[in-house]
Amino acid sequence: MSAPLLEARGLRIGYAQRVGTGPRVIDDVSLSIGRGDSLGIAGESGSGKSTLLLALMGVVRKGLVAQAGDVTLETRALLGQRDEDLLDLRGGRIALIPQNAAVSLTPTLRIGAQIDEALRRHSQLEALARRQRIAELLERVQLPDPAVIARRFPHELSGGQVQRAAIAMALAGDPALLLMDEPTTGLDVTTQLALLDLMIGLRQDRNMAIVCVSHDLGVLAKLCDRVAVMYAGALVEEGPAERLLSQPTHPYTAALLNSLPTLRHPGLPGAISGTPPLPSDLPSGCRFAPRCATATPECHSARPLLLARTGGVFSACIHPIADRKMLKATAKPPAFAETQTVLQVGGLFVAYGRRHGLARLLRLGRPNEVVTDVSFDLRRGEILGLVGESGSGKSTILRAIAGIQKPAAGTIVLTTREGAVTPLPGPMGERPLELLQRIQMVFQNPDSSLNPRHTILKLLAQPLQLYGRVPAAELRNRAAALLDAVQLRENFLDRYASQLSGGERQRVAIARAFAAEPDLLLCDEITTALDVSVQATVLRLVRDLAHERHVGAIFVSHDLAVVRAIADRIAVLRNGKVVEIGKAADVCERPEDPYTRTLLGAVLEPEVLQPAEGAATGQLR
Amino acid sequence: MTDGGVLTTIRTILARPSGLVGGLIVGAHILVALLAPVIVPFDPALQDVKAILQAPSAEHWLGTDRLGRDILSRTLMGGREAMLISTVSTIVAMAWGSILGIALALVGGRTDAIVMRSVDAMMSIPWVLLVMLFVAVLGTGTAALVPVLGFSYGLSVVYLSRAAALDFVARDFILAAQARGHSRWSIVRTELFPNVRDSLAVQGAMQWSWILLAVSSLSFLGMGVAPPTPDWGQMISDARGVMQLAPWALIWPMIALSSLVIGMNLLVDAWAQAIGVDRTRRKVET
Repeated sequence: MSAPLLEARGLRIGYAQRVGTGPRVIDDVSLSIGRGDSLGIAGESGSGKSTLLLALMGVVRKGLVAQAGDVTLETRALLGQRDEDLLDLRGGRIALIPQNAAVSLTPTLRIGAQIDEALRRHSQLEALARRQRIAELLERVQLPDPAVIARRFPHELSGGQVQRAAIAMALAGDPALLLMDEPTTGLDVTTQLALLDLMIGLRQDRNMAIVCVSHDLGVLAKLCDRVAVMYAGALVEEGPAERLLSQPTHPYTAALLNSLPTLRHPGLPGAISGTPPLPSDLPSGCRFAPRCATATPECHSARPLLLARTGGVFSACIHPIADRKMLKATAKPPAFAETQTVLQVGGLFVAYGRRHGLARLLRLGRPNEVVTDVSFDLRRGEILGLVGESGSGKSTILRAIAGIQKPAAGTIVLTTREGAVTPLPGPMGERPLELLQRIQMVFQNPDSSLNPRHTILKLLAQPLQLYGRVPAAELRNRAAALLDAVQLRENFLDRYASQLSGGERQRVAIARAFAAEPDLLLCDEITTALDVSVQATVLRLVRDLAHERHVGAIFVSHDLAVVRAIADRIAVLRNGKVVEIGKAADVCERPEDPYTRTLLGAVLEPEVLQPAEGAATGQLR
Repeated sequence: MTDGGVLTTIRTILARPSGLVGGLIVGAHILVALLAPVIVPFDPALQDVKAILQAPSAEHWLGTDRLGRDILSRTLMGGREAMLISTVSTIVAMAWGSILGIALALVGGRTDAIVMRSVDAMMSIPWVLLVMLFVAVLGTGTAALVPVLGFSYGLSVVYLSRAAALDFVARDFILAAQARGHSRWSIVRTELFPNVRDSLAVQGAMQWSWILLAVSSLSFLGMGVAPPTPDWGQMISDARGVMQLAPWALIWPMIALSSLVIGMNLLVDAWAQAIGVDRTRRKVET
């Protein structure tokens, strides 16, 4: 075997402290990447995957320090070098595409100028040759009209185009190793698929090695030959992608796969209970033991080593999963029985984002997002999934129903619990409090939707006081009951949202919505900001609460697999029109519209485990 | 502060060197200002023709000025009026400035644009001119200074509070409160204000030290605190002519004034950092 291109040995990175060694963010990680290899690094947020990726090019973030180990590219040591000494390598032999390319490109420089910068540093080309090379690079990443794109500023490109421009820039130095941090996050599924195909092609053409960090196992399965799974700063499993994702030997990998909603195994995915440990508070034994369903007393005392298993897989577990008994634990949704209609939307039109003055003249800014003639109805206890790519109008429909966005035409009719049929006035200002109470919305990002200055008690008390006029003495009990419904403990009442994890915050937001005892629940991409392992819990809660409390729910998401997992019916949207609406199973398994088929085809899923015989076991633990 | 309460914030401020030093200086000034009438050895307005421009002695610890007044007594008493004017003016400036600023952030649109441009226009008028106008009409003293300082310093508060509120107006929790049906006033009171309160308080303390300097400058020019009330600005102006004969008459009020302003700035600096630190610390602890 030839010498590896890049090798990391016994890498330990921790917080810099004046005395002693600080808590470790990366603990004893060894990796080797051969020429033309592709390695995916998976893990939840906070697992240290981005820190590891940066360390692979010799960068240790401020506040952190490399405590042990080394990273070598061919024969050169990268860690502990002065940045000036590595300038020729970075952007040359090793290139990084940072997360969120739109932010990492200089907003005041044209795309061409930014690529030119890399070319000047890493090649001896003359100005004219460089210009030609820029066009070649832009063409290579399949950007239309390279000459035009080169003269554009980053904000004038779409999300997918910016990402491609960032790739072109990374390719300018002709790298042997390309590092990517969440390269497709925030992109539409079809854009994501095209981008991954491009990366696969580039890698083959140039025999370029790729290391890709992502939380999305589907992306890694598509792009990478090998996958490493990180948990709390350590590698827990590593091996060939296909084998590892179809027959994981580490319970964490299995649980992670299990929490992934998939089209192939509809129904709600299993959640992983608990939260990952903090670097300052790592358990003494196996780090996953506190959350592991198969943990035994020895798991809590001894740190398992990364050992070879069959099929070229390495995993760090005392009780590796030997057979295929790990389950895709999905409870089939209960048959849907209710018949009372809660919402009827008829001929809804929304015009939105009107451009004014100069912006209109220059055709800048947001394109008009328009909802055209959308009609559907919703029954009590039913969950309707609205799915579509960005700009499809799915959130706009939700906002129109909530009264945040005034519709241009159409009717929105609400049937209350008591049977009163009320057409809703457009803007929320014209709706009486009594009607506002019936419709509650959960927003995408709980960081933004929960006031950071209120305790959880105060957050939950607001709707209780506003609608129910609950006496002060009862507030605490009522709020505790709401927390209980979203499986949070009562002692959260006196905390602030910032003291909770992302998933917990979103559960508080859901509890707040149910505090109003609504007839209709609107969910706007509510799991997008969450880790997969947490997403499962939130999905389960929304479904159970909607069914139990006879609330009709509209669930907006860009992710078909998520919608498939939770929704009873699905409406597929494109450019503000409903292209297909029907039972979830029908839409996903027997799609009629070509666009639905395109969307379904773009969903990336790792080859998932077979369901075990016998009953599903529900959550892992 | 909502979680740790005021005590935690104070502790965080005092844990920083700048906060501790600033706190001690400002605290000492406030204490002196409160106790001065009781502890001064002489009446600060008492002129003693037999003891003009005396050097520091056992009787007059810091010497006397050109009218034979005791420098120690005058220095101890000299901050009271200016600090009172600054405090009242700051309250006036913060009150109208922050209410208008927050309201503009919420209302937005054309009203916001028009009002903000008028604020710009008014900010371009030098406040000294306004003071002269007021002093000419109302005479010198607190009654003339508070309205004019409260008004002109309130203009920048409009800017600052509007910017602070704009940060939060776009957040979903405001939208969520509107969608729930809370009244506008209750949204300002319970959703918006708690989020801008801290930065406004810090800003208020900063404004206070600027206004103090302004009052002292006006007194120096003879348009501020009127004799016989002793004042540092006035004392500096008085002693300027006899600087070479009696430097003590100049030095002490200068030290008093600059130490208060420096102390306040140190304190504000530590305060601002304490709020920032506080936020990140809570995040780490989750």
